[in-house]
Amino acid sequence: MIHSLFLVNASGDIFLEKHWKSVVSRSVCDYFFEAQERATEPENVPPVIPTPHHYLISVLRHRIYFVAVIQSEVPPLFVIEFLHRVVDTFQDYFGVCTEAAIKDNVVVVYELLEEMLDNGFPLATESNILKELIKPPTILRTMVNTITGSTNVGEQLPTGQLSVVPWRRTGVKYTNNEAYFDVVEEIDAIIDKSGSTITAEIQGVIDACVKLTGMPDLTLSFMNPRLLDDVSFHPCVRFKRWEAERILSFIPPDGNFRLLSYHVSSQNLVAIPVYVKHNISFREGSSQGRFDLTLGPKQTMGKAVESVLVSSQLPRGVLNANLNPSQGTYTFDPVTKMLTWDVGKINPQKLPSLKGTMSLQAGASKPDENPTINIQLKIQQMAISGLKVNRLDMYGEKYKPFKGIKYMTKAGKFQVRT
Amino acid sequence: MSASSAFNDEKGGSSSVGEPEYGHDPASGGIFSSDYKRHDDLKEMLDSNKDSLKLEAMKRIVAMIARGKNASDLFPAVVKNVACKNIEVKKLVYVYLVRYAEEQQDLALLSISTFQRGLKDPNQLIRASALRVLSSIRVTIIVPIMMLAIKEAASDMSPYVRKTAAHAIPKLYSLDPEQKDQLIEVIEKLLADKTTLVAGSVVMAFEEVCPERIDLIHKNYRKLCNLLIDVEEWGQVVIINMLTRYARTQFLNPNINDDDDEDDKEKKAEAATLAKRKPYVMDPDHRLLLRNTKPLLQSRNAAVVMAVAQLYFHLAPKAEIGVIAKALVRLLRSHSEVQYVVLQNVATMTIKRRGMFEPYLKSFYIRSTDPTQIKVLKLEVLTNLANETNISTILREFQTYIKSMDKDFVAATIQAIGRCATNIGEVRDTCLNGLVQLLSNRDELVVAESVVVIKKLLQMQPEKHSDIIKHMAKLTDNIQVPMARASILWLIGEYCEHVPKIAPDVLRKMAKSFTNEEDIVKLQIINLSAKLYLTNSKQTKLLTQYVLNLAKYDQNYDIRDRARFIRQLIVPTEKSGALSKYAKKLFLALKPAPVLESPFKDRDHFQLGSLSHLLNAKAGGYQELPDWPEAAPDPSVRNVEVKESVRAVGTVTYRDTGALWGLPGPQTMEGSEGCSQLDSASGSESGSGSEESGSGSESDESEEGSESEQESEEDKEEDKKKKKKELKKPVRESERLIILHLLLCRQTITPCSASKSYELLHRITGEGLSVEYCFSRQPFSPDGNMVAVQVQFNNSAASETKNLHMEDVKLQCGMRVKEFPEIGEWWGEAATAVMGIDFCDSTQAANFQLCTHTKKFFVSIQPPVGELMRPVFLTENEFKKEQGQLMGMNEITERLTLDAKCRNEHTIVQRVTTAANLSRVPCGSDKECRFAGRTVTSGSLVLVSVVTKEEGAAQLTVNCEKMVIGTMLVKDILLALTQ
Repeated sequence: MIHSLFLVNASGDIFLEKHWKSVVSRSVCDYFFEAQERATEPENVPPVIPTPHHYLISVLRHRIYFVAVIQSEVPPLFVIEFLHRVVDTFQDYFGVCTEAAIKDNVVVVYELLEEMLDNGFPLATESNILKELIKPPTILRTMVNTITGSTNVGEQLPTGQLSVVPWRRTGVKYTNNEAYFDVVEEIDAIIDKSGSTITAEIQGVIDACVKLTGMPDLTLSFMNPRLLDDVSFHPCVRFKRWEAERILSFIPPDGNFRLLSYHVSSQNLVAIPVYVKHNISFREGSSQGRFDLTLGPKQTMGKAVESVLVSSQLPRGVLNANLNPSQGTYTFDPVTKMLTWDVGKINPQKLPSLKGTMSLQAGASKPDENPTINIQLKIQQMAISGLKVNRLDMYGEKYKPFKGIKYMTKAGKFQVRT
Repeated sequence: MSASSAFNDEKGGSSSVGEPEYGHDPASGGIFSSDYKRHDDLKEMLDSNKDSLKLEAMKRIVAMIARGKNASDLFPAVVKNVACKNIEVKKLVYVYLVRYAEEQQDLALLSISTFQRGLKDPNQLIRASALRVLSSIRVTIIVPIMMLAIKEAASDMSPYVRKTAAHAIPKLYSLDPEQKDQLIEVIEKLLADKTTLVAGSVVMAFEEVCPERIDLIHKNYRKLCNLLIDVEEWGQVVIINMLTRYARTQFLNPNINDDDDEDDKEKKAEAATLAKRKPYVMDPDHRLLLRNTKPLLQSRNAAVVMAVAQLYFHLAPKAEIGVIAKALVRLLRSHSEVQYVVLQNVATMTIKRRGMFEPYLKSFYIRSTDPTQIKVLKLEVLTNLANETNISTILREFQTYIKSMDKDFVAATIQAIGRCATNIGEVRDTCLNGLVQLLSNRDELVVAESVVVIKKLLQMQPEKHSDIIKHMAKLTDNIQVPMARASILWLIGEYCEHVPKIAPDVLRKMAKSFTNEEDIVKLQIINLSAKLYLTNSKQTKLLTQYVLNLAKYDQNYDIRDRARFIRQLIVPTEKSGALSKYAKKLFLALKPAPVLESPFKDRDHFQLGSLSHLLNAKAGGYQELPDWPEAAPDPSVRNVEVKESVRAVGTVTYRDTGALWGLPGPQTMEGSEGCSQLDSASGSESGSGSEESGSGSESDESEEGSESEQESEEDKEEDKKKKKKELKKPVRESERLIILHLLLCRQTITPCSASKSYELLHRITGEGLSVEYCFSRQPFSPDGNMVAVQVQFNNSAASETKNLHMEDVKLQCGMRVKEFPEIGEWWGEAATAVMGIDFCDSTQAANFQLCTHTKKFFVSIQPPVGELMRPVFLTENEFKKEQGQLMGMNEITERLTLDAKCRNEHTIVQRVTTAANLSRVPCGSDKECRFAGRTVTSGSLVLVSVVTKEEGAAQLTVNCEKMVIGTMLVKDILLALTQ
């Protein structure tokens, strides 16, 4: 399956290579660099590149290309999904997945890659198993290891791989038993010029941080499970139970994991938390353009809209923008033509606005494209779909765990066309 | 600081001479700059007897390998450490060994004995890792050793080692393909493995070594289907892809009877005749595959979702394919690479099955932040989805896209509009007008693209659109983009007959500006003049001469050549050859209109989700997706003999047990080694199930059992035989009783007697006393909430039995028992007594001791679900009303095929009432039988209706607010009706 892996940084250097079968010369990456050159933007490099003898499948994360070399037919998503899993694992281990972090921990990276694939076929990709095999480096452990000469490799061979609950390690012990669940929803929407919603949907996830002793068996039920249109589960969730009773029943992995992602697509259910009044215009013949933007809360169920950030890619002809924000700060990058306005919190009494003029290239004709406005925001303590967790029960262990649940709404791909 | 250095010294201070900075991070920049000269001290460090130094050295060497630096000269020094005690050093040596063994074959052999020793280690994980490294060393000379090791590991006790063996198979195969036959034997053996751990890996090996040996799958097909949900994600992908291919060779096309509107008529007729010959019935195994893969659409792994989607696309009946759309649309939220692949596949699917994605049209709307390659693919999908009803929305959406800053995307949008216009006649004019407006765009690319598209559109119906050609002719005054000018001139030339007045005028203007035009425009001017000369030589003769003269002296030789060539061709002279006669035919031949079609058309002959599909070219190792067979091959090949029973307890899987979490019990009886992984799980889970006590296991078991029984006839047979086999094993008495119960409960109830007896105490265990019980279905007078159980005692022993009574009743909470009065003495053969048990509407068993004056026997009574209710009388209207209130989750519907003996109303009624204590509800239609009852304890209504259709097909509906009761009742009735 996966023959080799090359990590390529933003400047086009291969800084790590790993081979699972016989060695493939790194010159195979030249085809990748060619494709990279042809693509104007980094994200436009095609994920699958055929070369005379190999196929290159790559993903771009954290400005690093992970280029997998394969030799024969394999589902491309299989490789892509695996590469993303590799990145997630690195992030889990080192906190960040940057070139520096990988270089600093090159030995751990190598050990991880060795365990994750055998002969190019995924072997252990569950973070709980990997952490038993190879302990994540912490400052304390690095210190201790240098002094005592002990190692990062687990002395105990992991048993997780052998059980039917491979995602949970055995013998977990905590003094404080706690289970936290974050319900995070993102609104994806396209709003048209006149302010009406073209498409809107909610993408939600439930991320969990479970630190419970032993082998707890949890059930989580919702007040309104029918809201969930489409769901995908962590493998620990018992599917039949969900089908029959709409209850999430699972033996959780230890630590952080994504329990569930869901989708609410029915348009009338999607509340749009903010509205935008905009007037962006260029006049023919003059080198000036008007820019006028006002934000206001719409359907927020009384909660405050926070961390609002507005960004817009202005037309190429714009040389500079001279704007006046009623609150927050704005920046305009004259090279990328990216305008960002950090608004902060929206005060319904005094609506934030950004007004002023844009100067255009002298003599150039009026740009015929209209910029789109991207909005980011956060609303605490509310899931915009109205999803509510009813209760969480634990079976199988005697102690009483501490349970917590948090709701949050964010804007996902929230675009306003002008 | 001082403390730490003191500690160092005490430890024997590995801060030795060669390495002054002890805390030096092995991976930090330093070592990268230091390469070859340092190799000497690396060797020294490796030779030292301190593990910490060795580790340090190995870390540096691994860092070198990672950077792609050559570290092969250290091979002898490294390989010595293969037997090192320190586990991390050992692992890093393995890494090194696997990387360089190929280059240093002789030296690598030194390490082999270490692994051979490891293969015999009592620890399964060490055995596995030894095999893993041994098989990764690509040295041909050890092929026999590897073969032996794999064979041995394939019959290892531990499933983990067997998994490793499966992984080793493709490695050995790539090293020496001559071993294929032997490896196939191993694969065959491993395919029969019952554990989820092995399944994925061995199918992977199968796919790499012998994908053509589809016959190996037959016997394992059902097992693979059943295990699928618990296999790890990566294995699922491989298995699903393989099973797709398998199903294509073994089952019939489920869509054969459907009128596939995309298919041509000939095929339709063919299909129709075929359909007449034989009505399509889906093979139960085909159904099994579809049913067992469907839940995986909910996987978090995009590759698994895609695999299921392609399986449904290639195998499912048309009506059922729709389910995959939602899951695929969900994947569009994922990383852009995932989106890219998914959209490619969606694009192919939308051509054949447009309807299924239509509801999700808006999910494919484009955001300005999408990368261009995603935008273009989304556009492709939107174009494929366009039809008469949604075209106006789509066109409105396209209008916004045209204003995008991303010009490549705008160009693609214009192409898309062109395709919409060709496909949907109603909007052709609107599209044309829109495109004509775009001709005034400032962007060259946009204009060029528009002109090209307009040109293609006009070619389809030139006579209707002479006004557009006129309009474009006017545009020549304003448009400066050479490509667009050239295209317009070509159009006018081509259709000069439709614009006879304008064409010469345009030529006149062009002749005037000829010298200032770009080269491509000049070429088209020459073309135009030639065509006009041929059609309208009277008006244009002079103009043409003029243009050709200008061209004769042009700087560009291409233009000079063209002018010379055209002059020879069109202007008749003595020298001109035979060709000039045909000049008109050459220039004004009818040119076929270009076909605007999706690049994704016909891509579906590749298996979706595959690399070959994505590239639209066959990749190495791609296995063709076979066409459906004309007639189904013998389905009995998939039947499994009892001896090699695959429906072992091992298939009672984690996810299956969903409804009831603890699953203690059954595995402990099964002594087989294959279940060891489950054993460990049940061990860990039994803690959770302990509160449920032993009796809980029965209900679990029975539920699992009955569930499996639906799956197929064979499984049923097997299950029973299995249970019987188990009986022979020495098991604890109580367990044995439980099994006895199960056996009895499961057997079909003989229709003649309404109440059937179950054994409570066997003659042998009871030392002569045998006890049977039955549910008399009489109301239990002392307490209405109890189920009456009639107990019958038989004494065949020589000695007499006295003081028969109950003791030590153990019940689940909420359950109650009304004991039968003590039977002091009895004479003769038999005695009966009636007791009452309140089962609390559950199938939990009531356990108690049966005591005589000398002995005590542990016994238990477990009710079939049908006995937990009592009949009530409802009128037809009441029934309908109540049924209307018990919809949604409270309603369970199953389709079934009635047993051949059970096709008339009378037998149906008899069988249902035997299976459950219900009364018949009058019904107007003779196609439907209705029954009603209430659960004994809570009085919840239980409504059952059986609707019969043609040829034994029937639909069973159970409405009950107690969902567990409902589910179990469905199973019981289903069993009663199908057997």
